[in-house]
Amino acid sequence: MNNLLDRVRENVTRTQVWKSIFRHGYPNTDANRALVMFSNVILHLHPVRVRRGALKIKFTWCLGGLTFFFFVLLAITGVFLMFYYVPDTRRAYNDIKDLGSVIYFGSLFRALHRWSAHAMVFSVWMHMTRVFLTGSYKPPREFNWVVGVILLVTTLVLSWTGYLLPWDQLALWAVTVGSKMAEASPLLGNAGPFGAELGMTVNNDVAFVLLGGTVVGQSALLRFYVLHCLGLPLITALFIAVHFWRIRKDGFSGPL
Amino acid sequence: MADKESRPVVVVTKSGNSGGLADLIKRTAAEKVGPEDTVLVWPNLVYIEFISMLAVAVLLLSLALYSPAPLEELASADTTPNPTKAPWYFLGLQELLVYFDPWLAGVVLPTMIIIGLVLIPYIDPNPRGKGYYTFSERKFAVLGFIFGLSLWYILIMIGVWFRGLDWSWYWPWDDPHIHKPAGAVKLVDLQVIIQNALNLSESPLVTLGRYGITLANLVTWALLVGYFVVGITIPFLFLRSFYNRLGFVRYNLTMFLFLAMLGVPLKIFLRLLANVKYVLVTPWFKI
Repeated sequence: MNNLLDRVRENVTRTQVWKSIFRHGYPNTDANRALVMFSNVILHLHPVRVRRGALKIKFTWCLGGLTFFFFVLLAITGVFLMFYYVPDTRRAYNDIKDLGSVIYFGSLFRALHRWSAHAMVFSVWMHMTRVFLTGSYKPPREFNWVVGVILLVTTLVLSWTGYLLPWDQLALWAVTVGSKMAEASPLLGNAGPFGAELGMTVNNDVAFVLLGGTVVGQSALLRFYVLHCLGLPLITALFIAVHFWRIRKDGFSGPL
Repeated sequence: MADKESRPVVVVTKSGNSGGLADLIKRTAAEKVGPEDTVLVWPNLVYIEFISMLAVAVLLLSLALYSPAPLEELASADTTPNPTKAPWYFLGLQELLVYFDPWLAGVVLPTMIIIGLVLIPYIDPNPRGKGYYTFSERKFAVLGFIFGLSLWYILIMIGVWFRGLDWSWYWPWDDPHIHKPAGAVKLVDLQVIIQNALNLSESPLVTLGRYGITLANLVTWALLVGYFVVGITIPFLFLRSFYNRLGFVRYNLTMFLFLAMLGVPLKIFLRLLANVKYVLVTPWFKI
């Protein structure tokens, strides 16, 4: 039986189709295992070899990789949810209701999206804590820590913008709390220190820019939708690319 | 099989894959990390990553099946829920609203947290503790970070589990549907406390526009500025080696951020133990 499987595999991996896709033989020799890492666009984020210590899970706890995994899961489930959602205050709530009642797997995808979002916020924090405790931000990796902090902020803002989209009471009032804080910004908010002195009013301050109006309404929903589904994911993906690139450039800090 | 195709195994370890292959081999040789200290990423590391991804996917799927996403009533500007809670990861900041005005709790403090985080690699010159867990080799850094982190998590937990109607404190065994009696405690500004205690005059010494500066108000300014000045001076006088390691700019940045972080629980204690509303009052902002 094993012999037969080996034969099948050999015949498959020798074909022109296999070679055109993978550019290397089956990865059961050291040479091909190295070539996997070179010729696969996702795997080549890794080096070909790592020190033995890198296999210790207790160093990284896989936290950075898992954060990225959550991001990918969120992108996939998010695209599915976008098929069934219109950012219109008259429709949005009912669209979310439909996800729970009439759309196949709608409830599951929405729940997965929500849990992945919570998990991503949490794993970003834990990843940051790990990187701090192992001193992995020290030279030459200072700038990658800064990129990480930017990713922490975009993760939080992504989560927060997504919070408004179901257009239920939880959404409206959680975002209202946030916009009240924006109104209280020093210099830039109408209710903040020196805001009035600088000519800030309810219809020209930073909260107005954020909401596209003076209350959380249609403009705010559209803004949050576009930022949540397009703007912020693009920015985040860009910085993730820089983050990974810098890991490879600066090398691993620990036993890796 | 596939031996015909085999090429020299390129050993890539610490460095990235910037240059060409020749460059890589040269650099790898320079680092003297031979294949005997290393393992191939495929399958050794890729397999660990794959398993952890699967495990987490199973966990997420179970959570999603066990607890679907909630949906409350349709958004309505006419009915304000009580209490109104932000998402859990912002509840620490919302909890700070009890003790600080929104411009501080919602804008300035989070901005300082982010700036402080960004500055960490640049204000920590300690070369030790790079790439391994250690407490003894970097006590101040680890303690400071853990302190801030604990503060953040404790405030979130209070916001999530111990705040109910009217943002009052609710123990898990309290009935969440019954309002707590409005607080009998009267909060007083620090300058009023000082004014009464020292019997100072209420009339302003100087008036700048809307700002009537009383003697007690000047004392609160002195206390706040003094907190930072004294806090920055004491380690300079008694822990000179600490100052010398950091240098002037790093030392002042570190101490300012550290004292600001320490100031948050200090203000909370002043509120809880001495019923202080604001430590400093001006017509434009209150702290």
